[in-house]
Amino acid sequence: MKIAVLVKQVPGGESSLSINNSQNWIDESVVTFVMNPPDNFALEEALLIKEKMEQGEVVIVSMGPQRVQKVIREGLAKGADRGIHIEEDGQIEIDPLTIARRFVDVLESENFDLILSGLQSDDTGMGQTGVLIGELLGISTATLAVETEILDGHVKVKRELESGWFQWLQLPLPASISIQSGLNTPRYPSLKGIMGAKKKEIKLVSSSEISSGERSQSMDRIFVPTASKQTEKIEGEVDQTVGRVVEILKSELKVI
Amino acid sequence: MNVLVVLENNRGKLHRLSTEAIVGAQKLGSTVSALVMGEGLENIVNELDACDLEKIITVDHDLVSTYNADGYSEVVKQVAQSFSFNIILAGHTYQTRDFMPRVSAKLGIPFIPDIVSVNDNRFVKQVLNAKLNAEMSSASDSAILSFQSATFSEEDLKTGSCGSEVFEADLSPSVVRAVSEDPFQEDQGDVDLESADVLVSVGRGIEKEENVPLAFELAKKMGAEVSASRPVVDSGWIDSFRQVGSSGSNVAPKLYFSLGISGAIQHVVGMKGSKKIMAINKDSDAPIFEIADYAIVGDVLEIVPKLIEALDQS
Repeated sequence: MKIAVLVKQVPGGESSLSINNSQNWIDESVVTFVMNPPDNFALEEALLIKEKMEQGEVVIVSMGPQRVQKVIREGLAKGADRGIHIEEDGQIEIDPLTIARRFVDVLESENFDLILSGLQSDDTGMGQTGVLIGELLGISTATLAVETEILDGHVKVKRELESGWFQWLQLPLPASISIQSGLNTPRYPSLKGIMGAKKKEIKLVSSSEISSGERSQSMDRIFVPTASKQTEKIEGEVDQTVGRVVEILKSELKVI
Repeated sequence: MNVLVVLENNRGKLHRLSTEAIVGAQKLGSTVSALVMGEGLENIVNELDACDLEKIITVDHDLVSTYNADGYSEVVKQVAQSFSFNIILAGHTYQTRDFMPRVSAKLGIPFIPDIVSVNDNRFVKQVLNAKLNAEMSSASDSAILSFQSATFSEEDLKTGSCGSEVFEADLSPSVVRAVSEDPFQEDQGDVDLESADVLVSVGRGIEKEENVPLAFELAKKMGAEVSASRPVVDSGWIDSFRQVGSSGSNVAPKLYFSLGISGAIQHVVGMKGSKKIMAINKDSDAPIFEIADYAIVGDVLEIVPKLIEALDQS
């Protein structure tokens, strides 16, 4: 079982965010980058599958500038076997279709049985790259997987629907599956893992910068959202608060 | 602009976000058609009978009688091509996220998801965990768009006339590679959160399972239903069918009364269409207060018992 895990590097949740001078993205020079948290669950699922099958290979694939090697290394420290870094210095956050095509160029020749990705990225949250890649490769896709089970030539996936509903799907391999966050508990790298990761291979694939003519969509402006609501703040003594709430429920909202 | 709205058919009922997507389409496009497939097509066509649409396109085919990404993406592609739709619209639901990217790859046009507002041909999407907004646009005049809940209001649905047309999709069994089993619920329940007038919704601020009955008691006094945020459901304190948010129900009651919910974006997208939002939270900076009409800063465990008492007396 040869498994690719698509990992993205994104600004950490605690990063201070300031808008760049051209007002079309954030100023990345003041950002702390981390592995996209949802991708952590995809990586853990891949490692669990490999351990359960007692054979196979887990390959971290990431696209971006030099800095993304940090998250590849982190994946290798957790137990992935090797990494592929698709070098791309342009702003890749904004155009999933073009990014997916670039990934496909690299993934095609590797013949993975399984391609796993996280639910969405914490930066732009487009939530589609794994599925796009599946379609472009002509293989099966599933999203929001909360359980996976490898069978002979197939993968069984428990998919989360809305409102507490679920569904089991059986997909022929190869397949591209995006993983729902929270389905497992991602491991921390061990010291041995961190040491071992230094010796593991990261293959560098250079690609020409995505040109503007090639793009299918663009991000034209980024801005701070303005509050659209007038909010009445109620605070102070509990009795007063309760009195005001009852009044609102009765006279303003007429729900009691 | 020739717009196609792809409707989500929940066993013969229209998904609420599909209705909102039609409203969005009516504001956006000169001609708007809708596509529906699956079981109970007639119900949906009847439901939209008085809606101002060019036509409803129905696809009645064994291979898409129940939802599957393989079949759905192929049908949408074929419909878009044969009627030359350049804009494809849908509500931003789990189903949309599952198959729309495949339509994007098949047609070679971008899928701009989870849009919260529209300015001409620029689409606003929340980024970086909703801390910033971004304006996106397609490089061509074609795009697939999905709207976040409550971007448009069902109340603005334009009425008028609407024809219907059957589309014969060309689907062979080899297209549908995934074998889907019937959907099921892990916790059985017949609570219909989406039609409740008032919801009392429980978040982590309730602190422990023993305190959950407080919410049920308050709900009973108000004639409300009880809902919850994901962490509370994941802890096993409340059944999963009561969950509100991107993975739960999408609700728009007259009043959404949240008890100790911080307001993570995954929760907010499922309830921000509520007519009025009242929230109790200890943290005066909780994101839920940004969308609340009434922001009550305080401890749920102190306020709710006294509120129940007060409602008893009144």
